[in-house]
Amino acid sequence: MTLHETLSPHPRDPALDRITKLAILAVGGQGGGVLTGWIEALARANGFAVQATSVAGVAQRTGSTLYYVEMAPATDRSPIFSLMPAAGDVDIMIAAELMEAGRAIIRGFVTPDRTTLIASTHRALAVSEKMVPGDGIAKAEEVIATAEIAAQRFIAADFEAEAARAGSVISATLFGALAASGALPFSRAAFEDAIRAGGKGVEASLRAFAAGFEAALTGPLPEAATPPLPPAAPAAQGPQKLLAQWQALLARADALPGEAPAMARAGLRKVVEFQDLAYGAEYLVRVEGIASEDRAPYDLTVEAAKHIANAMAYDDMIRVADHKTRAARMARIGAEMGVGAGRLMAVTEYLHPRAEEMVRLLPARLGARLAGSPTAMARIDRVVNRGRRLRTDGLGGFLMLYLVAGLRPWRRGMLRHREERAHLEAWLSRAMAVLPRDYALAVEILRCRRLIKGYSDTHARGLSKFDRVMEGIALVEGRADAAEWARRLREAALKDEEGRALDGALDTIRSFL
Amino acid sequence: MAERSFKAEVEDLRKGEGEVFTGEGILAITKALLENGVGYVGGYQGAPISHLMDVLADAQDLLGELGVRFEANANEAAAAAMLAASVHYPIRGAVTFKGPVGVNVASDALANLSSSGVTGGALIVLGEDYGEGSSIMQERSHAFAMKSQFWLLDPRPNLPCLVKAVGDGFALSEASNTPVMMTLRIRSCHVTGQFPCRDNRRPALTVREALSNPRSDFARVVLPPMSYAHEIDKVKNRWPAAERFIRENRLNEMFGTGGRIGIVCQGGMYNGVIRALQQLGLADIYGDARVPIYCLNVTYPLLADEFLCFAEGKDHILVVEEGQPEFIEQQLATFLYRAGSSVRLHGKGAFPMAGEYTGAVMLQALEAFLREAAPDMLPAKVRAPNMDRPALPDLSKTVPIRPPGFCTGCPERPIFAALKLVQQDLGKHQISADIGCHLFGALPPFEVGGATMGFGLGPAGNGAFDGGGERRPISILGDGGFWHSGLSSSMTNMVFNKSDGVVVVVDNYYTAATGGQDILSSRAANDTKATNHPIAAAMKGIGIDWVQQVDRTYDVPKLKRVLHDALTTDAPGPKVVIASSECMLNRQRREKPLRQQAIREGRRVEAPRFGVDEAICTGDHACMRLSGCPSLSLKRLDDPLRDDPVASIDQTCVGCGNCGEVADAAILCPSFYRADVIHNPGRWEAAWATFRARVIGWLQARRAAKRLDFAP
Repeated sequence: MTLHETLSPHPRDPALDRITKLAILAVGGQGGGVLTGWIEALARANGFAVQATSVAGVAQRTGSTLYYVEMAPATDRSPIFSLMPAAGDVDIMIAAELMEAGRAIIRGFVTPDRTTLIASTHRALAVSEKMVPGDGIAKAEEVIATAEIAAQRFIAADFEAEAARAGSVISATLFGALAASGALPFSRAAFEDAIRAGGKGVEASLRAFAAGFEAALTGPLPEAATPPLPPAAPAAQGPQKLLAQWQALLARADALPGEAPAMARAGLRKVVEFQDLAYGAEYLVRVEGIASEDRAPYDLTVEAAKHIANAMAYDDMIRVADHKTRAARMARIGAEMGVGAGRLMAVTEYLHPRAEEMVRLLPARLGARLAGSPTAMARIDRVVNRGRRLRTDGLGGFLMLYLVAGLRPWRRGMLRHREERAHLEAWLSRAMAVLPRDYALAVEILRCRRLIKGYSDTHARGLSKFDRVMEGIALVEGRADAAEWARRLREAALKDEEGRALDGALDTIRSFL
Repeated sequence: MAERSFKAEVEDLRKGEGEVFTGEGILAITKALLENGVGYVGGYQGAPISHLMDVLADAQDLLGELGVRFEANANEAAAAAMLAASVHYPIRGAVTFKGPVGVNVASDALANLSSSGVTGGALIVLGEDYGEGSSIMQERSHAFAMKSQFWLLDPRPNLPCLVKAVGDGFALSEASNTPVMMTLRIRSCHVTGQFPCRDNRRPALTVREALSNPRSDFARVVLPPMSYAHEIDKVKNRWPAAERFIRENRLNEMFGTGGRIGIVCQGGMYNGVIRALQQLGLADIYGDARVPIYCLNVTYPLLADEFLCFAEGKDHILVVEEGQPEFIEQQLATFLYRAGSSVRLHGKGAFPMAGEYTGAVMLQALEAFLREAAPDMLPAKVRAPNMDRPALPDLSKTVPIRPPGFCTGCPERPIFAALKLVQQDLGKHQISADIGCHLFGALPPFEVGGATMGFGLGPAGNGAFDGGGERRPISILGDGGFWHSGLSSSMTNMVFNKSDGVVVVVDNYYTAATGGQDILSSRAANDTKATNHPIAAAMKGIGIDWVQQVDRTYDVPKLKRVLHDALTTDAPGPKVVIASSECMLNRQRREKPLRQQAIREGRRVEAPRFGVDEAICTGDHACMRLSGCPSLSLKRLDDPLRDDPVASIDQTCVGCGNCGEVADAAILCPSFYRADVIHNPGRWEAAWATFRARVIGWLQARRAAKRLDFAP
């Protein structure tokens, strides 16, 4: 009901209907000024009196920026135009990014009686969304659903992607969408003339203009409707013997109850890619063990299939080196960077190993002994702890990583593996221990595995958050709402880096115990 | 070299009688200066008046032809001081800067200038940076005019009125021997439109000619007893002369017709008032209103007789005056009181005391005023609103705020990443920030710096901590701020007081935040300005021995090391770290077209871009908390095993290297890689690459043959 406050409940003077009011909300650097210039030139060339304003300043530096245009058919007297949009009084609102469309709605610039809203559905994430250790991305569907109600007409498409495809920028595709909307009384040719008159990058702009025009006409929202498809069985290639074993494992995954097979297939692929088929079998044994104690709707098995795979395929140096030396990876980067005829590509990896990672590649007993000695660790650190730039398109850099990846057969004997396995088993037995008493809590404990991610210090911080959440869970265990508290603790832990939200949640728990 | 070229705009400045100028307000004013025979122009850049400086900087030829001197002043004080040329010589001069911060800096010179009085017209074009889009504290420059007795224009915001105000301003200044300030709000500077041109006019006396016939008159010097005479002269002669000129030339305007109510507005508010009246059905599209309007194109001084004449026969008057305090309203109330008038004055109350008069504020205030003063004038529906709007979900929790921040590839980002990392090692430090793009470092994700005291005052803001303590105070200073006033106000202050503090000078080759204008330490060659004066040399010159220059800010590990040294060294006195790399916005504007052309011409070009291995990225977003780069974003994977979005770098990446360097310096993760696409490689280079690819391909095939490979 906030809109009631910002909307004017006033009748409109018919004379004012001759003024068309157009606002553009963009992210600094998107070319909002160019778009405004085109619109102004278009109106002036077609016998309109027109006025544009903007608040550029430092907002141009990636901040939210507003442009505003008013126009009316020219007569012998100059109309008085406003310099800024008023809530409830905007005919055409162009938002060059989805959350800017949301901002336009909040500011009251989009109203059902008059506003044509043209919005690009792509996202330029704000810093606040990106910083969150978990998933901080704003909910696009909320903005889209609100826009459907708030606007008289809502034209939406990914105008950023269309522009990139046409080799231009979003101002041109949005100008095309404006032409397609028919909200201004000018022909398509007149729009294109305005681009030509601008004189800069005309060809690419016209291409993007056409793409934007089409997208606005055809563009129902791309990702809004389509539900995610269940993952198909991953296509494997390799020696016949291994393929046969793989099929057998897949069949076991498919025999799991409920929704678990889809997750188990993905998990199986991950662990087999990480180590080998035997490791895949080990994975299935674990998941099957949990499934045997589970009941419909088998949430526990699904979560187990997911998080056991992530825990088993931990991020060690071998995994990193293996990924970075695969042929498919080079091909993908080449395609992304547009490597083709007459173009080469050099790929430089940014690595920074420490003694901690090195020692964990050693046989478990030797590694543990070294890891327990600060002097030894300091000495090793002095040798290895350095930022390293490796060229994986060069023979030296590639070979070094190739050799590290080649340590895979010995991985099971390494210190890291022993540590990871111990952690995995402690975590699983913890979940299974509470299972008979509190099914929901067991599921939540499995989900807490999500907290462990990253490398080096980030990884250590993840582990400590995991431990603190587990302590918190121990405090609430036995209560009817234990699972709910476990969920809250986990979500708090994902809110910020230092764990302030988690501390707050733990304090709350302690306060009622 | 400024951020953009103004070649086309310079051509507009050459237009003459019979031609039409189409463009931005601030450029129209620039043209009007030349039409009014200005003899010298100067100023200090800053939104929203930067374009005036930029276009004149690009118009040296034209200015030379006209005999006009253009000075890119060191700061606003220098700009205002330059108006001294109009004290003794009948030469029109104009300077520009932003308000109120620029006026703060200029106020010493403005006060002296106002005391001395002027012979030639002296005009200050002031971009009042208030309301949406403003980057400074929300204040008014109005008080400066009142305290120093110079005159304030606030013209209606359309091009013909702005252009007319320039001529009026010069004439008013000459008629009253007083400097005149013309204030423009942000949108007025950027408003577009048209006006009919006149021919440019050479100044009757050029500054060169004046040098041949020097003048002086000790009566103009601000020393007793002349300074007392100046004050009397202001009140007895200059002020009445100004009032006479304003009245006789009808600088203020009357609009509309009607009964017993009226509106007094600042010229700059006129369009907003008309729009609200239009919405209330009380004005037509051309602004013909059914309410009398007294439009103050001159907001200081105010004319008692003119206002009382307007008030005659009215019961209620509304004052539309943006910002606080409400100087105009108070003055008008005094006029009414002294005249024994019973007119009721409305203003603040109907309007909010603080904040911009947006469309909604204006409409609500006018409606409130009319409801009380003349309810019969309101349309029926307003009197009894009866409209239903659909209820909308509240998006204010969904939509994230989007403050300005560092651009893609900004060389300042790694400086703040390094500062954040050093603090992770050594603990949180007291940090004083300065003005410039680097102030974005105070925002998330860096949150480096807590307060800023003004341009060039970062290190001075740490003065209280100069005595030292357990941890050294750190301050930030930009290259723009350094030359603006930082050298004297901040650095010499530190040296003299034997400060133990650390100063990080952010040197990006320009005053980058205002649009990339050259300064003394710019690396570019500039025909009319002396550049290439290193900041480090200036530091040594004032006696700072501990100066470290880092010439590639993207080298985060090195920067971190140098900062660590600065914070821990035993060396006495100020410690200065100059972190220097070119503003990426400017660099890309210059280099991108050259690179494209080189590729087209078949020359060898390396184009770097960064990428993230999504299989290796775990979605912890630690890199985001040391970057905030627009091109480093997040991507949701359609992998059911992964809950959190992973890092992803889009094609706008310019390959600055911050991600990789930060991943290295902070030991984050091995996900980042740099891909250098080599266009038009040489024959041997290509052959060697083919050979390498073959060996690598053989090794890859060998391993793939022994295991399962999954289609991506």
